[in-house]
Parts: sequence; structure tokens; C-alpha cells
Amino acid sequence: MCRLFSITSKDPLSPMVAIRAIDVMKEGHDGSGVGLFLTDLGGEFEQFHGGPILSGIFSNVGIKSLDRYMLDMEFMTKYKLSFRPTKIPPAGTPRRDNYLIRVYEYPPTWDNLPEEEIQQRLMQCRLHLREMGEMDGSMMVFSFWPDVIMIKEVGDPMAVAEYLGLNRPELQARTIMAQGRQNTNYSIDIYACHPFFIQGIATMTNGENTAFVPIREFLMSRNEPGYSGYQSDSEVFTHILHYTLRHLHLDLETYKHIITPLKDSEIETHPDGPWLRMLKQSCRPMIIDGPNCIMGCLPDKTLFMLHDSKKLRPGVVGGNPGMFAFSSEMCGLDAAIPARDKSRDYQPMKYDTVFVGPKRQEVERWNQMDSLSHLH
Amino acid sequence: MEPDGQLKPSTLSTKDLPWQVLWSKEKCSLCGLCTAVCPVQAIELGVHRKRVLQITLGLMEKPGNVFGVYHGIRQRTDVAHACIGCGMCDMVCPNHAIMPVHNDEPDKLRFHIDQGGIPRRRGGRRNAPGSLLDEIKFVRISMLTDPALDAGRHEFELRTLLGRILSPEEALRVSREAGWIPPVREIYPLILGGMSFGALSPTMWEGLQMGIAYLNEEMNIPIRFCTGEGGCPPRLLRSRFLKYIILQIASGYFGWDEIIHALPEMKEDPCAIEIKYGQGAKPGDGGLLMWYKVNKLIAAIRGVPVGVNLPSPPTHQTKYSIEEAVAKMIQSMSMAWGFRVPVYPKISATSTALAVLNNLTRNPYAAGLAMDGEDGGTGAAYNVSMDQMGHPIASIVRDAYLNLVKIGKQNEVPIFAGGGIGKNGNLAANAASLIMLGASGVQVGKYIMQATAGCLGSERDRCNICNIGLCPKGITSQDSRLYRRLDPEKVAERLVETVMSFDTELKKIVAPLGRSTSLPIGMSDALGIADKSAAERLGIRHVI
Repeated sequence: MCRLFSITSKDPLSPMVAIRAIDVMKEGHDGSGVGLFLTDLGGEFEQFHGGPILSGIFSNVGIKSLDRYMLDMEFMTKYKLSFRPTKIPPAGTPRRDNYLIRVYEYPPTWDNLPEEEIQQRLMQCRLHLREMGEMDGSMMVFSFWPDVIMIKEVGDPMAVAEYLGLNRPELQARTIMAQGRQNTNYSIDIYACHPFFIQGIATMTNGENTAFVPIREFLMSRNEPGYSGYQSDSEVFTHILHYTLRHLHLDLETYKHIITPLKDSEIETHPDGPWLRMLKQSCRPMIIDGPNCIMGCLPDKTLFMLHDSKKLRPGVVGGNPGMFAFSSEMCGLDAAIPARDKSRDYQPMKYDTVFVGPKRQEVERWNQMDSLSHLH
Repeated sequence: MEPDGQLKPSTLSTKDLPWQVLWSKEKCSLCGLCTAVCPVQAIELGVHRKRVLQITLGLMEKPGNVFGVYHGIRQRTDVAHACIGCGMCDMVCPNHAIMPVHNDEPDKLRFHIDQGGIPRRRGGRRNAPGSLLDEIKFVRISMLTDPALDAGRHEFELRTLLGRILSPEEALRVSREAGWIPPVREIYPLILGGMSFGALSPTMWEGLQMGIAYLNEEMNIPIRFCTGEGGCPPRLLRSRFLKYIILQIASGYFGWDEIIHALPEMKEDPCAIEIKYGQGAKPGDGGLLMWYKVNKLIAAIRGVPVGVNLPSPPTHQTKYSIEEAVAKMIQSMSMAWGFRVPVYPKISATSTALAVLNNLTRNPYAAGLAMDGEDGGTGAAYNVSMDQMGHPIASIVRDAYLNLVKIGKQNEVPIFAGGGIGKNGNLAANAASLIMLGASGVQVGKYIMQATAGCLGSERDRCNICNIGLCPKGITSQDSRLYRRLDPEKVAERLVETVMSFDTELKKIVAPLGRSTSLPIGMSDALGIADKSAAERLGIRHVI
């Protein structure tokens, strides 16, 4: 089973904090891969707030194609951080030419575009680069978005982190998500590494998504170019969240109601019953069937965790004002924030959505049985 | 053979018939029950003359013989009285001295059954025992990566939706503007398919209705029953149980005068209205209730004279195009109940089904589409229609679902599948296969008659005389001497048992697939089949 860890802190942290937590939970994952999502960046990247950051893995040929494409699009490189590992890669990790994190300046022609249009174009650029790279394997692009860095690789998380030198001072972030383990249900593919990202939204999951195929069919028929890929059955969780926020203009609270609606008998007595019934019916193809624990990050840097309605995958959240961590095992949380009031740790149950907002002051909780805040 | 030794073209021997009646002289008590019960008088009292040799032991007396007579059974071989293999003779025989057995080779009766120039008409189903649905296996079993669920202890929500479901965007918009949201029913995915009052006997209908009410009100299983084309008894129309009923309107409009008149007095809305355009057993042919079954009661409910054939036209005569047939009829029926009742068409599975479906997707009032495959049953039809006309259900359901996926409306227009589900006894497995191919639920008729009332029909042409009102079990007869054989209470009990066992089996299928919170509609990755061409055609896994 995969292990998940995410942390949000008022002061920037090295991604090694998350890697160490994943490593502590090693008994629970097979060390077959690692994925990192960093946002609210510190370190060198803090000064480039606003400029889109491209994260990916490129062959030497791929770098040239990337440069040509970005030049044609009139993007200008402002800053870059490349890892070119010279050591022998750890067992199971392929040798790559370049791990690239590059900050760009927007093309001058984009200056007066509405925010929505810019976001759409950034996604299209990412998809286009990914498509170009898929033809010859020269490029793998994980994200292209302001204030977001993603690193993914196959192999043991700690070994990969040391190999890539992720403890470098330039690489720091206030919000970090990490997942340990490759996809083992489908073929090994780096695009199957969690977390998944689309337009500022990232999620990662542990457990298998048994309702994957009908959900994928539903998302792919939404006329949204970003709903593609699906090398992992967990990618649909990210896209459902994106669909909830950006297409339906609803919130995280409703996301929980969409993927794990209340039972008919529970809706009967719910204060927002009629609305929830309508939502359950019209969003029926997005009902997940678990077992899953989902952690994610919203565009405003809110970090959250929720479960499927069977709750067969655990999760715990705890910390102190200014720093909170979500972990699929208590030992991961202990490793990251040992000095905390453990009596205030919270293990959400099947009706709960827990989150820590951008101010990082407390763990907040919604219960599905409560009336919906946005409707009242 | 005729006494003068002449053989006519249609003179048949017992060997030429599909069924031979075996009778044991030793066991027979000559009670006469078998000849009395035989619905087609295929057997009669036989007075057999037999020569008995009398052989003496000594040499002095010569052996002799005497002609004796014994009494027993004689099987008639004329076309009109050919044995139908129902086996009622065996059922009533105190000594099990008699039994029909199937001919070991194709019969010759089939070449002579059109006496008088009338092709064979019968009830029942297509005489083809095979079923593609039985070949489908559930291969995506949850193992270590996601634990399989406990079918006995876990909670399952196996409801489906019948009705036009708005897309999420549209639903939110309409909800914001307080507009009209089409009616949607949360029901059980197993529906008792259209079996009319008239095609079925009063005791059978009553038994099924009691069972339906019990399942809904005591067992919390929201199962629904479709009336078929024959109206609905006035008391039921005015009762609270109407909410468990799907009223069917078909091209003969039988019974609708009564229904329309009952409208102001209805305490509840019906579950839905099904507009029947076609039937899987006899696609392109209208309903048929033969005169044998049109007694005073049936005539009154249907608003017709007694003792006449009631053939419905193959199409709705007042409509000349799909737009008229679908749009106007659906709207009219919706309007009759104040847009509170889902209205959907039922068609025969056909290679033109997608055209109908696409049309429905553009009609905001269309609440779904029911499709009935070639293995569906009927109370009366021409044999050729039943055996040779029609389209298999699995591929048409898959095509329809994938077509909806392509246009993104897979959740908006639910598909209901019928025709041959459980034909070999695998009701839950067949239903689950169709659901995972894309159906929102299934409609079942024959299995229900077999399981709840002991219908004797089979895909090897057993019995199948539903059309002439002589059903030996009283299921499809309007003759009180026959239908009083059927105790409605027992039918109701059997329906409850059947549905409860279906429910357990369905859980036993979805639990190992890791599914419990929603019906796995379109979960095609769970399915596999050894037939490569079927796997390709249905878009499921090829497993050998």
C-alpha cells in the first residue's frame, strides 16, 4: 500500500522532511517510487512568485525540443535548477539526463489576458509538451504552473532523494506533499506517480480506485483537455476535484459529497437533503468506491485529507499552529513533528473532511452530516 | 394410419413428434388423471388389443393363443394434438407411470404445423438455449491491493436511477434558478418487465403485486413492476401501491381509457410510464392477446368486446416519425401527470437502436431507454418472429452505453436491458454483466414466471402454449379452472424469495470486485470472456 505524507509550515522546509517521514513509514510501502509536490515555495524560487515553473525530466534531445518550443511560444527562462546526477542511480531507478525545474517569464503577448485564459494556456502548454515527449520518450512534464514544483522518480524514496540531492538549499517550500510507491496495479510508468496536478490543484491517494473505469469515461467525456493521462487510477481524484472547483464552481466540502455521497437514508434527514440528492444523482458517475485516503492541496494552499465512505485506509493529522502534517501513519507524523500535543491528533472518519487553511493555525473539520456552509 | 391404409402428407408417427409419451403398463393405475390434465389432449384412453401366446408344458396339447385387451394410454399423433412436453401427466400421476421425453432428433411436426395455411403461433421464447451472457465472467477480483468486501456483513447501496438526470452543470443551474428538474426514481435495478393483465392470469398478477408490495414495504427493496399493455385493475390504480407500478402504453392503447379516467382519483403517481414501441421476442410486431384469453374481466379492463383477438399494430398508428412518436408521446404522457412522472420508451433491440437513443438524448423529457433483446419472452407471437427476428441484447447495450459516453451523457439517459436475462438460471450474473456493460438495470419476465409460479416453458420448445390460454400451471390462463391452481399467496412468497436471493447473489458478485457504494454501471474492466471476437466486440477482457 502507498504511504502519504504532507506538511504545511509557516517557514520553508526542505522536501527531505517529507522524504524522511515517508522513509519512516517504509514498512508500509514497497519503495517503488516517489512523487513530490512543492508549493508556497521558499529558497531561490520565492523571488519568482508569479512566473510559471516547469517541472519534468528531459533527455538531452528533449531539452533542445523544449527550448525550441518555449522560444516559439516566446517564454523566457528566468531561473533554472537542473540536477544532472553523475552517480550511479539507485536500484530500480533509470538513468536520466536532466531533472529540470525552470522558471519562465510569460510571453509579452499574454500580458493582458484574463487570468482564466492564462491558466488554460499554461495547461495546454504542459499537455503539448507531454504529448511531444511521449512520442520519443524525450520529455516528461509534471507541472507548469506558478509557485509549483513537482519531482517524480521510480525507486526507493530516500535513495532517490539522496541521489538527486534534494536537500539542496535552493529547494524549499512551505507546503509539501509526498507519496511513496509506484503504481503496481497497472504498468510501471512515471506518470503514474502521485501526486497528480492540474491547474494549481494536486492530490495523492493511497488505495485502489475500484470505480476507475466509469469515472475515467465520465471525465474524458467532459470536453476538458486536461482530463487525460490516467496512467494511474488515482489521477481521477485530482480531476474530479478540478471539475468540482473549476467547472461546477463548488468547494472542497462539496467534493466530499460528490465522491462519497451520503446514503439515501442519510440524505432523507440531512438539512440540505434535496440539494444533496440532486448532486448525488447528477454526479453519480464520480462516486468513488474506495478504499482510499486522499490528500490534496488547493490553489490557495489549503491542505486537506478525506476518505472513501468505507474508510479502509487510515490517515492522521496533527501539529502545532504554524506547522501541521497529514500522514497515513502515526510514525510519519511523529518523525516530522515530534513536539506536538498528541492528544489533539485527529484521525478523520468516513464522513470527515479535515483541512489546514493557508494561515496554518488549526485543523478544521467538516462532517458530511452538517449543513453545507456555502448554501447558507 | 388411416383404416384404409392411406397415408396423408401430414400423417405422423409418434417418432415424428417433438415429444414422445412413455407410459408404463405395470405402474399405471388407470386413474385417468393424466388424460384429464393434459392441456392439449395429446393422450387419450387407449384400448389395446394384444395376442397372448399360451404355451403348454407337455407334448399332448398344442400351443395356442388368445387375443386379450388391456387398457392404457395412447399418444395422439395428429398435428393439433401433438404432445407439448409440459409433463403435467407426470406431475399428476400417482405412480409416475408416464412421462414425455424429447425426441432424439429434430421432429417432423415442424413441417406440418401450418395446417390450414396458418403459421405456428405460440408463447414463450426463442428456441435457442445458449446465452452469451452466461459466458461472461467477473475477472477483476479485489485481492491485496484493495480488499474484497464481505457480501454478508458490509453495507451495499445497489439502487439505480430511472429518469432523466441532468448533467452536474445543468442540475446546479436549474437548482439555482428554481427551474424544473425532471423526475427521477431511485429504484432497485431489477424490474419485473411488462407482463400484462390478460397475458397473465388474475391469480398470477395478484401474487406478483402482493410480492412487490411486500418487498417494498417490508424488505426495503424498491422493486418495480411494469404492467405491459393491458391496463391496470381499477382498484390498483386508485391505491397507494400504484407507486410501485410502471404503466405501459403500447400501440393498441388497451386499458388507457380506464387509466385516464382514474387520473383524478389517483392517490399516488405511478413510478413511470413506459411507451412500448417494440418487444424483443417479436420485434416489429405488435402485441397479441388471442381470443381464447379475452374473457369478460379482461375485456372490461381493456375496453374491448369479449372473445376477439386483440392484435396491437406494429407501430403507434397516429405517429409517422420518430420525432412525433418520441417527442410528442413522451411530452403528452409527462403532461398528463404534471411532469412528475418519468416517461421512457421501450424498443426492441435492433441495429437501428442508436438512432433512437441519439434522438432521446436531445429530448429533455425522455427519462431513459429500455431495450429488449432477442431472447425476450412473449405471451403470443408467430414462431418465426420469436426464433428468427431480433438482436442480441449484450452488444446493443454496450453500443448504446459507449455512444452515450462519446457524447458525455452516460449518466443522463439510463439504459434498461431486457431479454433472456437468467434464461439458464443465472439471473444475478446476467444482470450484473449487463450493468457492467452499461445498463442501469434489467427487466425480467420469464425468469420470474419460472421461479415464482413454476412456468414449464424452456428454450427446447417445452409447453409454450401461453397464447391459447391453456397454461397448465394457471400462469397465463384466463380460465378459472386453470388459474385456481395457482395460489397468489404462494406466488408472492416465491417472488420475495427470488428477489432476496437475487440480492444476495448480486452482492456476492460486486463485493469481490470491491464495489458497494454505487451500482457498478459501465465497470467493463471487471468483465472477461473466452470468446475473442465477443471480447473485442464488447470491449472487455479476453481471458482464456
